[in-house]
Amino acid sequence: MRIVVPIKQVPETSNVKMDEKTGTMIREGVESIINPLDLYAIETGIRLKEKYGGEITVISMGPLSAEKALREALAMGCDEAVLVSGKEFSGSDTWATSYALSAAIRKIGKIDIILAGERATDGDTGQVGPGLASLLDLPLATYTSRIVELEGDRIVVERLVEEGYETLRLPLPAVLTVVKEISDPRLPTLRGKKAARAKSIPVWDAGAIGIEAASVGLKGSPTRVVKIESPTVTRKGVLLKVQDEDSLQEAVDRLVEFLRRKELLA
Amino acid sequence: MDHNQVWTIAETGQGKVKTVSYELLARARRLADKLGTELIAVVIGYPVPEREARELILHGADRVYLVAHPSLEHFIVENYAAVLANLISKYRPGIILAGATSSGRTLMPYVAVRIKAGLTADCTDLDIEEGTGNLLQTRPAIGGNIMATIKTPEHRPQMATVRPRSTRPAARDERRVGEIVRIDFDMDWFDGRVERVGFRQVEGEDVNLQDADIIVAGGKGLKKAENVEVLKRLAGLLGAAVGCSREVVDRGWMSYPHQVGLSGKTVTPKLYIAAGISGAIQHLAGMKTADTIVAINKDPDAAIFKVADFGIAGDLFAVIPALCERIEKEVGKP
Repeated sequence: MRIVVPIKQVPETSNVKMDEKTGTMIREGVESIINPLDLYAIETGIRLKEKYGGEITVISMGPLSAEKALREALAMGCDEAVLVSGKEFSGSDTWATSYALSAAIRKIGKIDIILAGERATDGDTGQVGPGLASLLDLPLATYTSRIVELEGDRIVVERLVEEGYETLRLPLPAVLTVVKEISDPRLPTLRGKKAARAKSIPVWDAGAIGIEAASVGLKGSPTRVVKIESPTVTRKGVLLKVQDEDSLQEAVDRLVEFLRRKELLA
Repeated sequence: MDHNQVWTIAETGQGKVKTVSYELLARARRLADKLGTELIAVVIGYPVPEREARELILHGADRVYLVAHPSLEHFIVENYAAVLANLISKYRPGIILAGATSSGRTLMPYVAVRIKAGLTADCTDLDIEEGTGNLLQTRPAIGGNIMATIKTPEHRPQMATVRPRSTRPAARDERRVGEIVRIDFDMDWFDGRVERVGFRQVEGEDVNLQDADIIVAGGKGLKKAENVEVLKRLAGLLGAAVGCSREVVDRGWMSYPHQVGLSGKTVTPKLYIAAGISGAIQHLAGMKTADTIVAINKDPDAAIFKVADFGIAGDLFAVIPALCERIEKEVGKP
Protein backbone atom coordinates (compact mmCIF):
# COMPACT_ATOMS: atom_id res chain seq x y z
CA MET A 1 0.00 0.00 0.00
CA ARG A 2 1.29 3.44 -0.90
CA ILE A 3 0.29 6.09 1.61
CA VAL A 4 0.91 9.80 1.03
CA VAL A 5 0.79 12.27 3.91
CA PRO A 6 0.92 15.95 2.97
CA ILE A 7 2.20 18.00 5.89
CA LYS A 8 2.86 21.66 6.62
CA GLN A 9 5.52 23.30 8.69
CA VAL A 10 3.96 25.91 10.95
CA PRO A 11 5.18 28.28 13.65
CA GLU A 12 4.59 27.22 17.25
CA THR A 13 1.29 29.02 17.68
CA SER A 14 1.70 29.75 21.36
CA ASN A 15 4.15 32.57 20.67
CA VAL A 16 3.32 34.12 17.35
CA LYS A 17 4.62 37.59 16.59
CA MET A 18 3.35 39.76 13.78
CA ASP A 19 5.11 42.39 11.73
CA GLU A 20 2.60 45.21 12.04
CA LYS A 21 3.83 46.91 8.87
CA THR A 22 3.75 44.02 6.44
CA GLY A 23 1.08 42.05 8.21
CA THR A 24 3.20 38.95 7.94
CA MET A 25 4.36 36.65 10.63
CA ILE A 26 7.81 37.15 12.09
CA ARG A 27 9.29 33.73 11.64
CA GLU A 28 12.67 34.58 13.12
CA GLY A 29 13.15 33.23 16.59
CA VAL A 30 9.90 31.31 16.41
CA GLU A 31 10.26 27.57 16.47
CA SER A 32 8.88 25.79 13.43
CA ILE A 33 7.10 22.52 13.98
CA ILE A 34 5.04 20.01 12.05
CA ASN A 35 1.47 21.25 12.06
CA PRO A 36 0.22 19.48 15.20
CA LEU A 37 -2.90 18.23 13.41
CA ASP A 38 -0.72 16.57 10.76
CA LEU A 39 0.81 14.34 13.42
CA TYR A 40 -2.49 12.46 13.62
CA ALA A 41 -2.36 11.83 9.89
CA ILE A 42 1.25 10.62 10.09
CA GLU A 43 0.42 8.30 12.99
CA THR A 44 -2.63 6.93 11.17
CA GLY A 45 -0.43 6.20 8.16
CA ILE A 46 2.15 4.42 10.27
CA ARG A 47 -0.51 2.26 11.89
CA LEU A 48 -1.97 1.33 8.52
CA LYS A 49 1.51 0.44 7.32
CA GLU A 50 2.17 -1.67 10.42
CA LYS A 51 -1.05 -3.58 9.85
CA TYR A 52 -1.18 -3.91 6.09
CA GLY A 53 2.37 -3.23 4.95
CA GLY A 54 3.38 -0.57 2.49
CA GLU A 55 5.25 2.65 2.30
CA ILE A 56 4.55 6.18 3.45
CA THR A 57 5.65 9.20 1.48
CA VAL A 58 5.45 12.44 3.37
CA ILE A 59 5.28 15.55 1.24
CA SER A 60 5.41 19.23 2.03
CA MET A 61 5.32 22.47 0.12
CA GLY A 62 7.33 25.25 1.70
CA PRO A 63 10.72 26.88 2.02
CA LEU A 64 13.85 24.70 2.06
CA SER A 65 13.81 24.90 5.84
CA ALA A 66 10.63 22.77 5.80
CA GLU A 67 13.00 19.85 5.32
CA LYS A 68 13.24 19.75 9.10
CA ALA A 69 9.55 18.92 9.39
CA LEU A 70 9.90 16.20 6.78
CA ARG A 71 12.85 14.66 8.68
CA GLU A 72 10.76 14.61 11.83
CA ALA A 73 8.07 12.70 9.96
CA LEU A 74 10.69 10.27 8.67
CA ALA A 75 11.93 9.82 12.22
CA MET A 76 8.41 8.91 13.32
CA GLY A 77 8.34 6.11 10.75
CA CYS A 78 7.57 7.50 7.30
CA ASP A 79 9.67 5.99 4.53
CA GLU A 80 10.25 8.72 2.01
CA ALA A 81 9.94 12.47 1.88
CA VAL A 82 9.51 15.00 -0.89
CA LEU A 83 9.85 18.75 -0.58
CA VAL A 84 8.01 20.91 -3.07
CA SER A 85 9.95 24.13 -3.00
CA GLY A 86 10.99 27.08 -5.10
CA LYS A 87 10.48 30.81 -5.10
CA GLU A 88 7.64 30.42 -7.59
CA PHE A 89 5.51 28.87 -4.84
CA SER A 90 5.81 31.75 -2.43
CA GLY A 91 2.54 33.50 -1.65
CA SER A 92 0.43 30.52 -2.68
CA ASP A 93 -3.09 30.47 -1.32
CA THR A 94 -5.06 27.28 -0.77
CA TRP A 95 -5.94 27.01 -4.45
CA ALA A 96 -2.31 27.21 -5.58
CA THR A 97 -1.17 24.91 -2.76
CA SER A 98 -3.79 22.31 -3.65
CA TYR A 99 -2.80 22.59 -7.30
CA ALA A 100 0.94 22.22 -6.68
CA LEU A 101 0.56 19.36 -4.21
CA SER A 102 -1.85 17.51 -6.48
CA ALA A 103 0.70 17.73 -9.30
CA ALA A 104 3.46 16.49 -7.00
CA ILE A 105 1.31 13.58 -5.79
CA ARG A 106 0.59 12.64 -9.40
CA LYS A 107 4.33 12.50 -9.97
CA ILE A 108 4.71 10.09 -7.05
CA GLY A 109 2.64 7.69 -9.11
CA LYS A 110 0.15 5.06 -8.04
CA ILE A 111 -1.10 5.67 -4.55
CA ASP A 112 -3.73 4.05 -2.34
CA ILE A 113 -4.50 6.59 0.29
CA ILE A 114 -3.81 10.22 1.12
CA LEU A 115 -4.01 11.13 4.80
CA ALA A 116 -4.05 14.80 5.72
CA GLY A 117 -4.51 16.75 8.93
CA GLU A 118 -7.91 18.41 9.12
CA ARG A 119 -6.31 21.85 8.82
CA ALA A 120 -3.10 23.67 9.66
CA THR A 121 -2.90 25.63 12.88
CA ASP A 122 -1.55 28.76 11.17
CA GLY A 123 -3.82 29.26 8.15
CA ASP A 124 -6.71 27.42 9.81
CA THR A 125 -8.48 26.92 6.49
CA GLY A 126 -8.83 23.14 6.16
CA GLN A 127 -9.14 23.64 2.41
CA VAL A 128 -6.13 21.84 0.98
CA GLY A 129 -7.23 18.31 1.91
CA PRO A 130 -10.60 18.58 0.12
CA GLY A 131 -8.83 20.51 -2.65
CA LEU A 132 -6.48 17.59 -3.26
CA ALA A 133 -9.35 15.11 -3.45
CA SER A 134 -11.14 17.33 -5.93
CA LEU A 135 -8.15 17.95 -8.19
CA LEU A 136 -7.05 14.31 -8.11
CA ASP A 137 -10.67 13.19 -8.48
CA LEU A 138 -10.43 10.87 -5.50
CA PRO A 139 -13.26 10.09 -3.09
CA LEU A 140 -13.07 12.12 0.11
CA ALA A 141 -13.89 11.80 3.77
CA THR A 142 -13.23 14.86 5.93
CA TYR A 143 -13.12 14.98 9.75
CA THR A 144 -12.26 11.28 9.85
CA SER A 145 -12.15 10.12 13.46
CA ARG A 146 -11.71 6.37 13.02
CA ILE A 147 -10.79 3.81 10.42
CA VAL A 148 -13.31 1.06 10.94
CA GLU A 149 -11.92 -1.42 8.46
CA LEU A 150 -9.96 -1.77 5.30
CA GLU A 151 -10.80 -4.64 3.08
CA GLY A 152 -9.39 -5.05 -0.36
CA ASP A 153 -9.87 -1.81 -2.18
CA ARG A 154 -12.53 -0.42 0.17
CA ILE A 155 -12.11 1.54 3.35
CA VAL A 156 -14.79 2.16 5.95
CA VAL A 157 -14.35 5.21 8.14
CA GLU A 158 -16.22 7.25 10.69
CA ARG A 159 -16.32 11.01 10.42
CA LEU A 160 -17.24 13.42 13.16
CA VAL A 161 -20.00 15.81 12.17
CA GLU A 162 -22.06 18.22 14.29
CA GLU A 163 -24.73 15.68 15.17
CA GLY A 164 -22.53 12.63 15.74
CA TYR A 165 -20.50 10.11 13.79
CA GLU A 166 -21.24 9.19 10.22
CA THR A 167 -19.92 5.99 8.65
CA LEU A 168 -18.71 6.17 5.06
CA ARG A 169 -17.47 3.46 2.74
CA LEU A 170 -15.00 4.64 0.12
CA PRO A 171 -13.17 2.87 -2.67
CA LEU A 172 -9.39 3.25 -2.69
CA PRO A 173 -7.51 5.30 -3.65
CA ALA A 174 -9.14 7.90 -1.41
CA VAL A 175 -8.36 11.05 0.55
CA LEU A 176 -9.02 11.19 4.29
CA THR A 177 -8.60 14.31 6.38
CA VAL A 178 -8.31 13.29 10.01
CA VAL A 179 -9.09 14.77 13.42
CA LYS A 180 -7.24 14.28 16.66
CA GLU A 181 -9.46 11.45 17.85
CA ILE A 182 -8.13 9.08 15.20
CA SER A 183 -4.76 8.40 16.81
CA ASP A 184 -2.25 9.25 19.46
CA PRO A 185 0.95 10.27 17.68
CA ARG A 186 4.15 8.52 18.71
CA LEU A 187 7.40 10.30 19.38
CA PRO A 188 10.32 9.69 17.06
CA THR A 189 12.77 7.12 18.37
CA LEU A 190 16.52 7.63 18.49
CA ARG A 191 16.90 4.95 15.85
CA GLY A 192 14.25 6.63 13.73
CA LYS A 193 16.03 9.95 13.98
CA LYS A 194 19.28 8.36 12.92
CA ALA A 195 17.68 6.68 9.93
CA ALA A 196 15.93 9.92 9.01
CA ARG A 197 19.21 11.81 8.92
CA ALA A 198 20.62 9.37 6.40
CA LYS A 199 17.77 9.77 3.93
CA SER A 200 17.94 12.13 1.01
CA ILE A 201 14.93 14.34 0.38
CA PRO A 202 14.38 15.38 -3.23
CA VAL A 203 13.34 18.97 -3.84
CA TRP A 204 10.81 19.44 -6.62
CA ASP A 205 10.19 22.81 -8.18
CA ALA A 206 7.33 23.71 -10.51
CA GLY A 207 9.24 22.36 -13.50
CA ALA A 208 9.85 19.04 -11.77
CA ILE A 209 6.13 18.52 -11.17
CA GLY A 210 5.21 19.67 -14.65
CA ILE A 211 3.33 22.84 -13.90
CA GLU A 212 3.79 26.44 -15.01
CA ALA A 213 5.58 28.64 -12.50
CA ALA A 214 2.90 31.30 -13.06
CA SER A 215 0.15 28.87 -12.06
CA VAL A 216 1.27 28.89 -8.43
CA GLY A 217 2.54 31.43 -5.92
CA LEU A 218 0.91 34.82 -5.66
CA LYS A 219 0.38 34.93 -9.42
CA GLY A 220 -1.57 31.71 -9.46
CA SER A 221 -3.62 32.48 -6.35
CA PRO A 222 -7.16 33.79 -6.72
CA THR A 223 -7.18 35.38 -3.25
CA ARG A 224 -5.26 38.39 -1.94
CA VAL A 225 -4.66 39.45 1.63
CA VAL A 226 -5.86 43.04 1.92
CA LYS A 227 -5.19 43.72 5.55
CA ILE A 228 -3.98 42.04 8.72
CA GLU A 229 -4.93 43.21 12.16
CA SER A 230 -4.16 41.97 15.61
CA PRO A 231 -7.47 41.86 17.40
CA THR A 232 -7.63 43.04 20.96
CA VAL A 233 -8.12 40.01 23.07
CA THR A 234 -8.83 41.66 26.36
CA ARG A 235 -12.47 42.19 27.26
CA LYS A 236 -11.75 44.03 30.50
CA GLY A 237 -14.41 42.18 32.40
CA VAL A 238 -14.92 42.27 36.12
CA LEU A 239 -12.93 39.89 38.29
CA LEU A 240 -14.27 38.98 41.68
CA LYS A 241 -12.15 37.16 44.21
CA VAL A 242 -13.63 34.49 46.42
CA GLN A 243 -11.94 34.18 49.80
CA ASP A 244 -14.70 33.13 52.15
CA GLU A 245 -18.38 32.29 52.33
CA ASP A 246 -19.44 35.95 52.11
CA SER A 247 -17.38 36.75 49.05
CA LEU A 248 -18.58 33.50 47.49
CA GLN A 249 -22.22 34.46 47.94
CA GLU A 250 -21.54 37.94 46.66
CA ALA A 251 -19.77 36.61 43.57
CA VAL A 252 -22.62 34.22 42.83
CA ASP A 253 -25.22 36.97 43.36
CA ARG A 254 -23.44 39.30 41.01
CA LEU A 255 -22.94 36.60 38.41
CA VAL A 256 -26.64 35.69 38.46
CA GLU A 257 -27.51 39.38 38.16
CA PHE A 258 -25.04 39.72 35.27
CA LEU A 259 -26.55 36.72 33.46
CA ARG A 260 -30.07 38.05 34.04
CA ARG A 261 -29.15 41.44 32.64
CA LYS A 262 -27.73 39.72 29.55
CA GLU A 263 -30.91 37.64 29.31
CA LEU A 264 -28.92 34.44 29.55
CA LEU A 265 -30.97 32.91 32.36
CA ALA A 266 -34.26 31.31 31.49
CA MET B 1 -26.14 39.05 -16.19
CA ASP B 2 -22.84 37.56 -15.25
CA HIS B 3 -21.42 37.34 -11.76
CA ASN B 4 -24.10 39.39 -10.16
CA GLN B 5 -26.11 37.18 -7.92
CA VAL B 6 -25.30 36.57 -4.29
CA TRP B 7 -25.86 32.96 -3.28
CA THR B 8 -26.13 31.22 0.02
CA ILE B 9 -25.93 27.47 0.40
CA ALA B 10 -28.79 26.51 2.70
CA GLU B 11 -28.33 23.41 4.84
CA THR B 12 -31.22 21.19 5.76
CA GLY B 13 -31.52 18.22 8.04
CA GLN B 14 -34.54 15.95 8.48
CA GLY B 15 -36.46 18.15 6.10
CA LYS B 16 -35.86 21.34 8.07
CA VAL B 17 -33.75 24.35 7.22
CA LYS B 18 -30.89 24.67 9.72
CA THR B 19 -30.38 27.92 11.63
CA VAL B 20 -27.02 28.56 9.99
CA SER B 21 -28.86 29.01 6.70
CA TYR B 22 -30.78 31.96 8.12
CA GLU B 23 -27.56 33.46 9.46
CA LEU B 24 -26.12 33.28 5.96
CA LEU B 25 -29.22 35.01 4.60
CA ALA B 26 -28.77 37.84 7.11
CA ARG B 27 -25.22 38.44 5.89
CA ALA B 28 -25.98 37.88 2.22
CA ARG B 29 -29.01 40.21 2.29
CA ARG B 30 -26.77 43.09 3.39
CA LEU B 31 -24.26 42.27 0.65
CA ALA B 32 -26.92 41.93 -2.04
CA ASP B 33 -28.53 45.22 -1.00
CA LYS B 34 -25.17 47.01 -1.14
CA LEU B 35 -24.58 45.59 -4.60
CA GLY B 36 -28.17 46.14 -5.67
CA THR B 37 -28.44 42.54 -6.77
CA GLU B 38 -30.50 39.43 -6.28
CA LEU B 39 -30.09 37.07 -3.36
CA ILE B 40 -30.55 33.40 -4.05
CA ALA B 41 -30.63 30.55 -1.58
CA VAL B 42 -29.48 27.24 -3.02
CA VAL B 43 -30.87 24.15 -1.34
CA ILE B 44 -29.38 20.77 -2.11
CA GLY B 45 -30.84 17.89 -0.12
CA TYR B 46 -33.69 15.51 0.45
CA PRO B 47 -36.40 15.72 1.50
CA VAL B 48 -36.93 19.47 1.20
CA PRO B 49 -40.60 20.35 1.63
CA GLU B 50 -41.92 23.36 -0.29
CA ARG B 51 -42.78 25.16 2.96
CA GLU B 52 -39.14 24.97 4.09
CA ALA B 53 -37.92 26.41 0.80
CA ARG B 54 -40.54 29.13 1.31
CA GLU B 55 -39.01 29.88 4.73
CA LEU B 56 -35.78 30.89 2.97
CA ILE B 57 -37.73 33.50 1.02
CA LEU B 58 -39.46 34.75 4.17
CA HIS B 59 -35.99 35.13 5.70
CA GLY B 60 -34.58 37.25 2.89
CA ALA B 61 -33.98 35.24 -0.29
CA ASP B 62 -35.37 36.64 -3.53
CA ARG B 63 -35.33 33.24 -5.11
CA VAL B 64 -34.58 29.65 -4.17
CA TYR B 65 -32.84 27.15 -6.39
CA LEU B 66 -34.03 23.84 -5.08
CA VAL B 67 -32.39 20.56 -6.01
CA ALA B 68 -34.08 17.74 -4.13
CA HIS B 69 -33.52 14.10 -4.98
CA PRO B 70 -33.26 10.88 -2.94
CA SER B 71 -29.57 10.63 -3.96
CA LEU B 72 -29.01 13.82 -1.98
CA GLU B 73 -30.52 12.61 1.29
CA HIS B 74 -27.10 12.61 2.96
CA PHE B 75 -24.21 14.94 2.43
CA ILE B 76 -21.84 13.12 0.09
CA VAL B 77 -19.43 15.74 -1.15
CA GLU B 78 -18.95 14.27 -4.62
CA ASN B 79 -22.69 14.45 -5.36
CA TYR B 80 -23.29 17.84 -3.78
CA ALA B 81 -20.24 19.28 -5.53
CA ALA B 82 -21.45 18.06 -8.91
CA VAL B 83 -24.79 19.80 -8.35
CA LEU B 84 -23.24 23.02 -7.14
CA ALA B 85 -20.59 23.17 -9.87
CA ASN B 86 -23.29 22.72 -12.49
CA LEU B 87 -25.49 25.42 -11.01
CA ILE B 88 -22.51 27.77 -10.87
CA SER B 89 -21.65 27.26 -14.51
CA LYS B 90 -25.27 27.75 -15.50
CA TYR B 91 -26.14 30.83 -13.43
CA ARG B 92 -22.67 32.34 -12.83
CA PRO B 93 -23.07 33.91 -9.38
CA GLY B 94 -20.69 36.58 -8.08
CA ILE B 95 -20.62 35.53 -4.44
CA ILE B 96 -21.34 32.22 -2.71
CA LEU B 97 -21.57 31.88 1.05
CA ALA B 98 -21.84 28.63 2.96
CA GLY B 99 -21.68 27.82 6.66
CA ALA B 100 -18.27 26.90 8.06
CA THR B 101 -19.81 23.59 9.12
CA SER B 102 -18.51 20.07 8.55
CA SER B 103 -20.31 19.94 5.23
CA GLY B 104 -19.73 23.57 4.19
CA ARG B 105 -16.02 23.27 4.88
CA THR B 106 -15.92 20.13 2.76
CA LEU B 107 -18.12 21.18 -0.14
CA MET B 108 -16.75 24.67 -0.73
CA PRO B 109 -13.04 23.83 -1.15
CA TYR B 110 -13.98 20.80 -3.24
CA VAL B 111 -15.89 23.01 -5.66
CA ALA B 112 -13.62 26.08 -5.46
CA VAL B 113 -10.47 24.31 -6.62
CA ARG B 114 -12.33 22.75 -9.50
CA ILE B 115 -13.61 26.02 -10.90
CA LYS B 116 -10.60 28.05 -9.78
CA ALA B 117 -12.57 30.33 -7.53
CA GLY B 118 -11.12 32.17 -4.56
CA LEU B 119 -12.29 30.74 -1.26
CA THR B 120 -11.90 32.13 2.24
CA ALA B 121 -12.57 29.91 5.23
CA ASP B 122 -14.44 30.56 8.42
CA CYS B 123 -15.16 34.27 7.95
CA THR B 124 -16.50 36.30 10.84
CA ASP B 125 -17.12 39.48 8.88
CA LEU B 126 -18.09 40.26 5.28
CA ASP B 127 -18.38 43.54 3.45
CA ILE B 128 -18.29 45.02 -0.03
CA GLU B 129 -15.26 47.04 -1.11
CA GLU B 130 -16.11 50.58 -2.20
CA GLY B 131 -15.61 51.15 -5.88
CA THR B 132 -14.72 47.64 -6.95
CA GLY B 133 -17.65 45.76 -5.48
CA ASN B 134 -15.26 43.03 -4.37
CA LEU B 135 -16.21 40.94 -1.38
CA LEU B 136 -14.06 41.72 1.66
CA GLN B 137 -13.75 38.65 3.82
CA THR B 138 -12.41 38.90 7.33
CA ARG B 139 -11.37 35.86 9.28
CA PRO B 140 -9.31 34.87 12.27
CA ALA B 141 -6.06 33.01 11.53
CA ILE B 142 -3.06 31.72 13.40
CA GLY B 143 -5.16 30.54 16.28
CA GLY B 144 -7.12 33.78 16.40
CA ASN B 145 -3.96 35.86 16.84
CA ILE B 146 -4.70 37.87 13.75
CA MET B 147 -7.69 38.97 11.74
CA ALA B 148 -6.97 38.81 8.04
CA THR B 149 -9.09 40.53 5.41
CA ILE B 150 -9.01 38.77 2.08
CA LYS B 151 -10.45 39.50 -1.33
CA THR B 152 -10.60 37.80 -4.70
CA PRO B 153 -10.02 40.57 -7.22
CA GLU B 154 -10.24 38.70 -10.50
CA HIS B 155 -11.75 35.26 -10.16
CA ARG B 156 -15.46 34.63 -9.91
CA PRO B 157 -17.36 33.49 -8.01
CA GLN B 158 -15.97 34.78 -4.72
CA MET B 159 -16.58 32.02 -2.23
CA ALA B 160 -16.53 32.08 1.56
CA THR B 161 -17.50 29.89 4.45
CA VAL B 162 -18.93 31.79 7.40
CA ARG B 163 -18.47 30.85 11.03
CA PRO B 164 -21.80 29.62 12.42
CA ARG B 165 -23.41 31.90 15.00
CA SER B 166 -21.13 34.79 14.10
CA THR B 167 -24.23 36.80 13.25
CA ARG B 168 -27.92 36.66 14.16
CA PRO B 169 -30.29 34.77 11.88
CA ALA B 170 -32.29 36.94 9.46
CA ALA B 171 -35.69 38.02 10.73
CA ARG B 172 -38.74 36.32 9.26
CA ASP B 173 -41.07 38.53 7.25
CA GLU B 174 -44.37 36.91 6.36
CA ARG B 175 -44.97 39.40 3.55
CA ARG B 176 -41.84 38.62 1.58
CA VAL B 177 -42.41 36.99 -1.79
CA GLY B 178 -40.07 35.17 -4.11
CA GLU B 179 -39.79 32.35 -6.55
CA ILE B 180 -38.88 28.74 -5.91
CA VAL B 181 -37.09 27.28 -8.91
CA ARG B 182 -36.97 23.50 -8.85
CA ILE B 183 -33.97 22.10 -10.66
CA ASP B 184 -34.02 18.46 -11.68
CA PHE B 185 -31.22 16.28 -10.40
CA ASP B 186 -29.34 14.97 -13.41
CA MET B 187 -28.28 11.36 -12.78
CA ASP B 188 -24.96 12.21 -14.44
CA TRP B 189 -24.25 14.22 -11.31
CA PHE B 190 -24.48 11.11 -9.18
CA ASP B 191 -20.99 9.96 -8.29
CA GLY B 192 -21.80 6.79 -6.37
CA ARG B 193 -18.28 6.00 -5.22
CA VAL B 194 -18.81 6.97 -1.61
CA GLU B 195 -21.65 5.45 0.39
CA ARG B 196 -22.94 6.51 3.75
CA VAL B 197 -23.51 3.25 5.59
CA GLY B 198 -24.29 4.35 9.11
CA PHE B 199 -24.70 7.02 11.72
CA ARG B 200 -24.44 7.07 15.49
CA GLN B 201 -24.87 9.69 18.12
CA VAL B 202 -22.13 10.29 20.62
CA GLU B 203 -22.74 8.10 23.70
CA GLY B 204 -26.42 8.86 23.38
CA GLU B 205 -25.85 12.47 24.45
CA ASP B 206 -26.01 15.78 22.71
CA VAL B 207 -22.56 17.09 21.87
CA ASN B 208 -23.65 19.50 19.20
CA LEU B 209 -21.54 22.27 20.67
CA GLN B 210 -21.64 24.32 17.50
CA ASP B 211 -25.40 24.76 17.76
CA ALA B 212 -25.56 25.34 21.51
CA ASP B 213 -26.59 28.74 22.88
CA ILE B 214 -24.78 28.07 26.12
CA ILE B 215 -21.69 25.93 26.75
CA VAL B 216 -20.38 25.00 30.17
CA ALA B 217 -16.79 23.86 29.75
CA GLY B 218 -14.28 22.37 32.13
CA GLY B 219 -10.52 22.10 32.15
CA LYS B 220 -7.72 20.49 34.07
CA GLY B 221 -9.12 22.11 37.21
CA LEU B 222 -11.83 19.43 37.25
CA LYS B 223 -9.15 17.14 38.67
CA LYS B 224 -10.91 13.86 37.85
CA ALA B 225 -13.49 12.26 35.61
CA GLU B 226 -16.24 12.06 38.24
CA ASN B 227 -16.14 15.82 38.67
CA VAL B 228 -17.55 16.29 35.19
CA GLU B 229 -20.87 15.79 37.01
CA VAL B 230 -20.38 19.20 38.64
CA LEU B 231 -20.42 20.77 35.18
CA LYS B 232 -23.30 18.63 33.99
CA ARG B 233 -25.49 19.82 36.84
CA LEU B 234 -24.92 23.46 35.89
CA ALA B 235 -25.33 22.64 32.21
CA GLY B 236 -28.65 20.93 32.98
CA LEU B 237 -29.93 24.00 34.79
CA LEU B 238 -28.91 26.33 31.99
CA GLY B 239 -29.92 24.08 29.14
CA ALA B 240 -26.29 24.08 28.05
CA ALA B 241 -24.00 21.70 26.22
CA VAL B 242 -20.87 20.49 28.00
CA GLY B 243 -17.47 21.27 26.53
CA CYS B 244 -13.91 20.92 27.70
CA SER B 245 -10.28 21.79 27.07
CA ARG B 246 -7.80 19.48 25.44
CA GLU B 247 -6.32 18.26 28.73
CA VAL B 248 -9.68 16.83 29.75
CA VAL B 249 -9.88 14.72 26.60
CA ASP B 250 -6.23 13.67 26.83
CA ARG B 251 -6.85 12.48 30.39
CA GLY B 252 -9.90 10.54 29.28
CA TRP B 253 -12.40 12.46 31.43
CA MET B 254 -14.53 13.44 28.44
CA SER B 255 -14.65 12.29 24.84
CA TYR B 256 -13.18 14.18 21.90
CA PRO B 257 -16.46 15.56 20.50
CA HIS B 258 -16.60 17.77 23.61
CA GLN B 259 -13.22 19.35 22.94
CA VAL B 260 -13.12 23.06 22.20
CA GLY B 261 -10.00 24.66 20.77
CA LEU B 262 -7.45 24.48 18.04
CA SER B 263 -7.45 20.70 17.78
CA GLY B 264 -11.15 20.47 18.62
CA LYS B 265 -14.23 22.49 17.82
CA THR B 266 -14.63 26.20 17.23
CA VAL B 267 -17.73 27.51 18.95
CA THR B 268 -19.54 30.84 19.14
CA PRO B 269 -22.28 30.43 21.76
CA LYS B 270 -24.17 33.28 23.41
CA LEU B 271 -22.61 32.27 26.71
CA TYR B 272 -19.43 30.29 27.38
CA ILE B 273 -18.69 29.38 30.98
CA ALA B 274 -15.10 28.22 31.44
CA ALA B 275 -14.47 26.45 34.72
CA GLY B 276 -11.01 25.32 35.73
CA ILE B 277 -9.66 26.29 32.32
CA SER B 278 -6.43 28.28 32.42
CA GLY B 279 -6.90 29.77 28.97
CA ALA B 280 -4.09 28.39 26.82
CA ILE B 281 -4.00 30.15 23.47
CA GLN B 282 -5.07 26.91 21.77
CA HIS B 283 -8.25 26.85 23.83
CA LEU B 284 -8.96 30.55 23.36
CA ALA B 285 -8.76 30.06 19.58
CA GLY B 286 -11.85 27.87 19.78
CA MET B 287 -14.09 30.03 21.98
CA LYS B 288 -13.04 33.63 22.15
CA THR B 289 -15.65 34.81 19.68
CA ALA B 290 -18.41 33.76 22.11
CA ASP B 291 -20.79 36.65 22.84
CA THR B 292 -20.31 36.46 26.58
CA ILE B 293 -17.57 34.65 28.46
CA VAL B 294 -17.67 33.79 32.15
CA ALA B 295 -14.55 32.31 33.73
CA ILE B 296 -14.15 30.55 37.04
CA ASN B 297 -10.59 29.68 38.03
CA LYS B 298 -8.60 29.39 41.24
CA ASP B 299 -5.68 31.33 39.83
CA PRO B 300 -6.50 35.06 39.63
CA ASP B 301 -3.72 35.48 37.04
CA ALA B 302 -5.08 32.80 34.67
CA ALA B 303 -5.09 33.92 31.03
CA ILE B 304 -8.76 33.00 30.69
CA PHE B 305 -9.71 36.11 32.71
CA LYS B 306 -8.28 38.34 29.96
CA VAL B 307 -11.00 37.23 27.57
CA ALA B 308 -13.73 37.00 30.20
CA ASP B 309 -16.58 39.45 30.60
CA PHE B 310 -17.15 38.16 34.09
CA GLY B 311 -14.53 36.35 36.14
CA ILE B 312 -14.58 34.69 39.50
CA ALA B 313 -11.23 33.85 41.03
CA GLY B 314 -12.23 30.97 43.24
CA ASP B 315 -12.54 27.23 43.60
CA LEU B 316 -14.91 25.88 40.97
CA PHE B 317 -16.03 23.19 43.42
CA ALA B 318 -17.34 25.93 45.71
CA VAL B 319 -18.53 28.40 43.08
CA ILE B 320 -20.43 26.08 40.75
CA PRO B 321 -22.51 24.28 43.40
CA ALA B 322 -23.35 27.66 44.98
CA LEU B 323 -24.30 28.98 41.55
CA CYS B 324 -26.47 25.92 40.90
CA GLU B 325 -28.30 26.41 44.18
CA ARG B 326 -28.86 30.06 43.41
CA ILE B 327 -30.22 29.29 39.95
CA GLU B 328 -32.47 26.53 41.27
CA LYS B 329 -33.94 29.06 43.70
CA GLU B 330 -34.20 31.77 41.06
CA VAL B 331 -35.96 29.67 38.44
CA GLY B 332 -39.63 30.40 38.41
CA LYS B 333 -39.17 33.74 40.12
CA PRO B 334 -40.74 36.58 38.14
